[in-house]
Amino acid sequence: MKWEIVIGLETHAQLSTRSKMFSGSSTTFGAAPNTQANAVDIALPGVLPVANRGAVERAIRFGLAVGGSINRRSVFARKNYFYPDLPKGYQISQYELPIVQGGEIRITSPTRGEIRVQLTRAHLEEDAGKSLHEDFHGMSGIDLNRAGTPLLEIVSEPDMRSAGEAVAYAKALHRLVVEEIEICDGNMQEGSFRCDANVSVRRPGASLGTRREIKNLNSFRFLQQAIEYEVKWQIGILEDGGRIEQATVLFDPDTGETRSMRSKEDAHDYRYFPDPDLPPLVVTEEWIERIRNSMPEPLQALRHKIVAYGLSVEQANQLTASRGTSTFALSLFADAPLKEVPMLANWILGPLSAKLNEEHLDIGKQGRVLPDQLKALSKRVSDGTVSSTAATTVILPAMWSGEGSPDEIIEKRGLKQISDSGAIEKIVDDVLAANPKQVEDYRAGREKAFNSLVGQVMKASKGKANPAQVNEILKKKLAGQLLS
Amino acid sequence: MLNASLKELSDALAQKKISSVELAQLFLDRIGRLNGELNAFITVDAEKSLAQARTADARIARGDAQPLTGIPVAHKDIFVALGWRTTCGSKILSNFVGPYDAHVIERFNAAGAVILGKTNMDEFAMGSSSETSFYGPVKNPWDSSCVPGGSSGGSAAAIAARLAPAATGTDTGGSIRQPAALSGVCGIKPTYGRVSRYGMIAFASSLDQGGPLAKSAQDLALLLNVMAGFDVRDSTSVERSAEDYALDLDQPWPDGSTAKPLKGLRIGVPKEHFGEGLAAEVEQAIETALKEFEQLGARRVPISLPSSGLSVPAYYVIAPAEASSNLARFDGVRYGYRAPEYRDLADMYCKTRAQGFGAEVKRRILIGTYVLSHGYYDAYYLKAQKIRRLIAQDFVEAFKQCDMVMGPTSPTVAFKIGAKAADPVQMYLNDIYTIPANLAGLPGMSIPCGFGQGRLPVGLHIVGNYFAEAKMLKVAHQYQKATDWHLRAPAGIQP
Repeated sequence: MKWEIVIGLETHAQLSTRSKMFSGSSTTFGAAPNTQANAVDIALPGVLPVANRGAVERAIRFGLAVGGSINRRSVFARKNYFYPDLPKGYQISQYELPIVQGGEIRITSPTRGEIRVQLTRAHLEEDAGKSLHEDFHGMSGIDLNRAGTPLLEIVSEPDMRSAGEAVAYAKALHRLVVEEIEICDGNMQEGSFRCDANVSVRRPGASLGTRREIKNLNSFRFLQQAIEYEVKWQIGILEDGGRIEQATVLFDPDTGETRSMRSKEDAHDYRYFPDPDLPPLVVTEEWIERIRNSMPEPLQALRHKIVAYGLSVEQANQLTASRGTSTFALSLFADAPLKEVPMLANWILGPLSAKLNEEHLDIGKQGRVLPDQLKALSKRVSDGTVSSTAATTVILPAMWSGEGSPDEIIEKRGLKQISDSGAIEKIVDDVLAANPKQVEDYRAGREKAFNSLVGQVMKASKGKANPAQVNEILKKKLAGQLLS
Repeated sequence: MLNASLKELSDALAQKKISSVELAQLFLDRIGRLNGELNAFITVDAEKSLAQARTADARIARGDAQPLTGIPVAHKDIFVALGWRTTCGSKILSNFVGPYDAHVIERFNAAGAVILGKTNMDEFAMGSSSETSFYGPVKNPWDSSCVPGGSSGGSAAAIAARLAPAATGTDTGGSIRQPAALSGVCGIKPTYGRVSRYGMIAFASSLDQGGPLAKSAQDLALLLNVMAGFDVRDSTSVERSAEDYALDLDQPWPDGSTAKPLKGLRIGVPKEHFGEGLAAEVEQAIETALKEFEQLGARRVPISLPSSGLSVPAYYVIAPAEASSNLARFDGVRYGYRAPEYRDLADMYCKTRAQGFGAEVKRRILIGTYVLSHGYYDAYYLKAQKIRRLIAQDFVEAFKQCDMVMGPTSPTVAFKIGAKAADPVQMYLNDIYTIPANLAGLPGMSIPCGFGQGRLPVGLHIVGNYFAEAKMLKVAHQYQKATDWHLRAPAGIQP
């Protein structure tokens, strides 16, 4: 008999605010331990939290983007437990009244086509610090730089039916928060986007099975592997006549296995109650409207704009894979001659993307190849100064390496096209004389021979001959010879 | 100088009759002589105080003085002060030196006041007798075998014994007003949100409010002028334009005259505050005071606060619940006391907190943890919150009929040290009349209004509507112009 897999995800997205959820200290990643923890973060006696407006606005932006409802009044609550990296002895979160309720994420399932994953809620909370168990010889170190970092915890309904769907959902969510609404930097290695997966299995039609929660999966690959292992493990237990105990488990990337961290019996009683230091979070209609009006333009709309430039849907999809690329492309297309747009698009998707990926740079922030320089280059192709081949394979890489402006590179490298028809005619004559066989073939109707002749001419001109002129002159000469 | 009002001290400083250094030294000497007996101060640091006094003297010389410049003020050891040990009356903070200034301390420093020392208190402000301090009980200057009230007992005793001209306190269920009453001084707990809680070590965040203790309503007004004010660092702080609480204390009530300055004032007298448990000697003094108010032109209105009987049980759910969470940060990890020996993390937590907290604090942490636990939350915490709303509603109704509510601050005069230590419920009932104002967030004050048979002071409790502090202080000041209870000082502590 078949098993049905049921998965729900809880995702922690770190909000891209400069300061923390309830204090003014910086959220920059990678600083020396405890240098970004102020009196509030280390929970000195007497300090108090103040909610970060920017974090609230990002949560509202999320709620609007997923079509959820924004609670006009939500409540910060304390989740109480003791741990050395939790300085106050409680985490400020939202419990009974979260800021966002409902909403959905549309995904493409590997097996079921387009599906909608319903969201239960999204709430604001603060992150804990880090416990460092290495390098301290029998002791533990505590780094509170991360303590108080703003998080949006996004909870889905158990709507996914395979590890593939869970990954598709996580990717769609990642793209939404990072590219679409820009509330999270999405850096998974740094923990800016991490998932907990609630996994259970059941016979089709049966009520929900007992779930186990896999904690802290910080890559799509681990998410896939962890769920696949967990599902296999649960089915194995059930088919052997066993029972699943509710538990929290950890995934070990080295072994590819999940192992139980704590069972339901040792689950904490978090003693949630409304935080008396923070009044209810009141969101007015006007505030929501202001946020709605300042939302980044949907990538879908940018895609339509790009298609309107005459590019293919596929190219438009590629160009809108990230907010940065689409913004860069559209600013470039905006005042370029229409006929140069396809060339510019090819450059972004080809050589430029390759370099950016190689060096892990963001297109908007790279500063190596600026939109104006790209336009200067496309102009040189249009006006016949250089061939598009030279532009793509030689000049662009040279620009990336900082050799100067397109004109400087053309000059320095002697890449100027030969557009003097006399000079080209001379080369064509030499090539025709040296290749009687190809001329014969062409005459016999083998069109391929023509391309070979063009190649010979280009080679003889060291790639500098204007290809359009070469074509024209070659055709004319061959026609002349046919007549003669 | 010892009996002088803050206004008189300020004038003396301005006229160079005395310097701030001399004034600080005068009180430091008295503390040196008398604190051994009274135990009103936990920490005194003459060098720091005198340094501040010298700065104040320079400021006065520059002609840049404010009303409190150069005046020594004692601070309850619950306010974190930069460079001052701040213990909150607990062993767990016995080694904690303030790395920053509380908002209240900042305000006093900016006003040029001199920190005279840190006063003793019930541990984490949990108590009504100042006996739960790790640093030993505070004695009542009127009778050193008695408690001074609590938790701000060190501040109240310091003023009564003239060890300080003014002091700060905090009030979660009566911790300013009840010790003011039992020690024969004045104290006001402002409207919740008036005084920033930033740097005031939290006991029960939704109830805690800082306020001053002093010898007169006029002094309280000057102190409140400095303490009160919006602070962005406290999200529960109220944003309102600044008020001068001292400005028209001498003006009569709107309908009043010189002869009948309080004509038109309607005093609500809640029947629930004059029933079982109220000592006859206290009732008598209150009755006399109310008659005096009538002499001044005020009218008595019988009112009812029907839910007030539920205030103590509701308070002893809400306050411990918040405290159990607020005190979780004292875990031995980052600062404060840590047990010297432990096996592992859990053992470190257990031993640190077992050794670092006293019995009353542990009792309240346990109660608070219990009422927030899964399965009990609705029955206790949520129900207590509902009662809290009913109590606030009682006052809304009451203030439709009257301008101020008056009654006894405490059911009895000061009791013997140790008399109630073994019976928490008896101890908790001390605050039966003061707790409703905390639950409702209303301002409340206590002023001396007579003595019991044993010559121990009785306090009159005044509760006003939200943000009515200026009116309350005016009413109290008019009473103090006509009476001299507030000028009485305990015998035997005079120089």
